[in-house]
Amino acid sequence: MTATTADSAPAKEVTRTPKLIGRRRTSLGHGILHVALIVWGITFLVPLLWMLSTSLKTSGQVFILPVQWIPKNPQWSNYQEIFKILPLTSFMRNSLFVTAMGTLGTVFSSLLVGYSLARLRWPGREVVFAMLVATMMLPGIVTLIPTFILYTRLGWVDTFLPLFVPSWFGTPFYIFMMRQFMIGLPYELEEAARIDGASSIRILTTIIVPLCGPAIAAVAIFSALAHYNDFLGPLIYLSTNDRFTIPLGLQWYAGRYGNFWHLVMAASTVALVPVMVLFFVAQRYFVRGIVLSGLGGR
Amino acid sequence: MAVATPPAATVPATVPATVRRRRPSGVQLAEWRDGWLFALPFILGVLIFWVGPMLYSLFLVTQDWDMLGTPKFVGLGNLRLILEDPLVFKSLLNTAYYTFIGVPIQLTLALLLALALNVPLRGRSIYRTIFYLPAITPVVASAVVWNQIFNADFGVFNVVLRSIGLPGVKWLFEPAAAKPAFILMSLWIIGPQMVIFLAGLQNVPVELLEAAQIDGASTWQRFFSITLPILSPVIFFNLIIGIIASLQVFTNAFVMTNGGPQNSTLFMVLYVYLNGFRLFKMGFAATLAWMLFWIIMVFTFLQFKLSGRWVYYETKV
Repeated sequence: MTATTADSAPAKEVTRTPKLIGRRRTSLGHGILHVALIVWGITFLVPLLWMLSTSLKTSGQVFILPVQWIPKNPQWSNYQEIFKILPLTSFMRNSLFVTAMGTLGTVFSSLLVGYSLARLRWPGREVVFAMLVATMMLPGIVTLIPTFILYTRLGWVDTFLPLFVPSWFGTPFYIFMMRQFMIGLPYELEEAARIDGASSIRILTTIIVPLCGPAIAAVAIFSALAHYNDFLGPLIYLSTNDRFTIPLGLQWYAGRYGNFWHLVMAASTVALVPVMVLFFVAQRYFVRGIVLSGLGGR
Repeated sequence: MAVATPPAATVPATVPATVRRRRPSGVQLAEWRDGWLFALPFILGVLIFWVGPMLYSLFLVTQDWDMLGTPKFVGLGNLRLILEDPLVFKSLLNTAYYTFIGVPIQLTLALLLALALNVPLRGRSIYRTIFYLPAITPVVASAVVWNQIFNADFGVFNVVLRSIGLPGVKWLFEPAAAKPAFILMSLWIIGPQMVIFLAGLQNVPVELLEAAQIDGASTWQRFFSITLPILSPVIFFNLIIGIIASLQVFTNAFVMTNGGPQNSTLFMVLYVYLNGFRLFKMGFAATLAWMLFWIIMVFTFLQFKLSGRWVYYETKV
């Protein structure tokens, strides 16, 4: 940007002015960029603001035009009401249970399998790694019907088991992330321990795992989000009302009482609270995790 | 494919020769055993959740079964049903529309955002947070919110349209507008792609850009001849992931329109779901799933084939 301005400046002043003009151009550019990003950012916030503001309206205020973005007399009681109408507490408990069990399983399996693929040498490892990459690419839709039949046979329908047991066997994507991270760790530490006769499991738990903090955080966060937000799984496997997870309960309610906009939005806001908390507590791991997952594979 | 450091290089030179000769076999065997043992959950997982179901699904393709009675062998009957069912073709077209119009727009906007946020602006992380937030919102919650946003009378979209003198659109109630509405909604969830682009932009060497600048290359020239080629592997990654995800769109359509109006948002996975879990036509649903499976595989394969023409790898061996 500076060079182009410098070229257009009169030849005599070249030594003095270009920087100044350049800086002015840059700050102007930054200003324009800020304006664009603020406008774009506000549009991005509209749905969430809508959710929040509608959740605080009376059923009458909802349909008043122009839209009241900050409702007069915010109806905090909407939240009390939605907890009375819907068993939100048990939905939340179910969701948190499935999320916790699924995330634990994902972290456990991705550490174990990731370590094996990254740092242990054994015949067949390349084949298993190829399988990992292949299953990452395979569209899961093809197993939807047969796995449902499998769980029906096992008597697992209307239990939480189908929602978190597979995670204990490992999710290809997270194993891959963990492997990519572990490959980058220095070898010397591990080698010394191995010569001293330490077992693989000991090396994994005492040397490798403590170094994998960021990767574990990233895997845990993404897995937790995926389990909490999952809809198709609960939709297919859960049928009893008090076993619903938050997304399924929300869909169930919105499908029947969609006209109570303010209450539907209050329920949505409640559904959003756990992921927001997770996001703001662990924000820096999000970016790192996406980078790890997005760029590790190429 | 990256492979762990070769074994020979890591054996310390100080180990006595006798130990070196005898020890490896024992240690190596233990390592083999541990390797297999640790990878076992995944190997079992592949067998239980992939290989088994896929084989069983192949069997289902030849069956007519409602999960209650005994399965009936129909040979290629399900395939014929697919060819005869106009809704299959419709759902294919809908999915293609959503994917091949939606994904390019998503990637363009995500790239624009990433380029803007790659500039050392004040408050960059705040912007990044705002653009990322929609991606963590539970899909059902966002579907429920967007349902209201698209409302013909009181939704934000039409309020804005009317305020600038345009007629409102019955977004989710008009076949011609429903798919564009879904694409609009998908443009709200570009945070992950944006962050991946941002990471990719870190790989663009500043020296190269500066050198080009000194040589008199314009901003556009620098973007198209330096930034874009270096970014192409990341664009490729986002494209593959975006298309695979988009071809399997389900939750939005299920929550917001359930396929309507007039089947204009009947996407492939939704149709699989409806056949399998509403009508219990297990054989037909499995066949549909296989069709979608092959479509996705062919597209992914084609993209890898074509990628050689436009994806630039710096460290090509």
